[in-house]
Amino acid sequence: MPIYNYIYVALTLFCIGVAGVLTRRNAIIIFMCIELMLNAVNLLLVAFSKMHYATAVANAPGTTVGTDAQLFVFFIMVVAAAEVSVGLAIIVMMYRNTHSIDINFLNRLKH
Amino acid sequence: MNITEILFWFLSALAIASALMVVLSKNPVHSVLWLIMVFFAISGHYILLNAQFLFIVNLIVYAGAIMVLFLFVIMLMNLNTDTEPQKNKWLKVAGVVAGGCLMLVFVAALKSSGTQQVQMGEGNIGLIENLGKALFNEYVLPFEISSVLFLSAMVGAVVIGKKGD
Repeated sequence: MPIYNYIYVALTLFCIGVAGVLTRRNAIIIFMCIELMLNAVNLLLVAFSKMHYATAVANAPGTTVGTDAQLFVFFIMVVAAAEVSVGLAIIVMMYRNTHSIDINFLNRLKH
Repeated sequence: MNITEILFWFLSALAIASALMVVLSKNPVHSVLWLIMVFFAISGHYILLNAQFLFIVNLIVYAGAIMVLFLFVIMLMNLNTDTEPQKNKWLKVAGVVAGGCLMLVFVAALKSSGTQQVQMGEGNIGLIENLGKALFNEYVLPFEISSVLFLSAMVGAVVIGKKGD
């Protein structure tokens, strides 16, 4: 499978996430679109890891080129889990204060 | 067209269609369910790339833990109704146009990217043995620091979510 197929799939997922963040007003859905963008990046990292491994293993069998990218994906998942726990706590607090999760109500800095 | 290509295109179409439904559906619970579908499709991509460790971690952490957390919060706030009044239609159009422009810029920048092949279905760098050795030899310090990150995230979530202050 050529690499550009993976690039275009990940690109489409990322841009759908960006459009979702810009159009939706619901804080939870915005948060879910951020998760979507993180997953698009993860997919592309794994694809590039296998691409470099495919070229390296042809020259030197037994190489472990590309391990780093897959561990980066693992650490991205770790950070995303921590981010979700804090972010959802912030959303719950916001709902408790304003009784809504519409981000249009968060405009106090404007006044 | 062999079975790997068929599976690749099927999983890509499933991921993109489900991602569109995440953005388009009005009910937040439906959005969460479609996002779980996206995660399953991406996990299928990991299996095609023979990244077995990331496949199972993606299923357990994302589709299992994080999405349950989202569903729990949505049902806790009783948001599973079709709310979100649409006041300004032009803002939505502007958002979609901005996303489309970003995609256009990316495609224009990457259209001359190489045609190198991605190895599918074989290779042992995605197996637990290799990743575990690398994780506990070279990456043991970031691994331990991430435990501190989790501890601080836990304390932060409890402090923020505490009632009355």
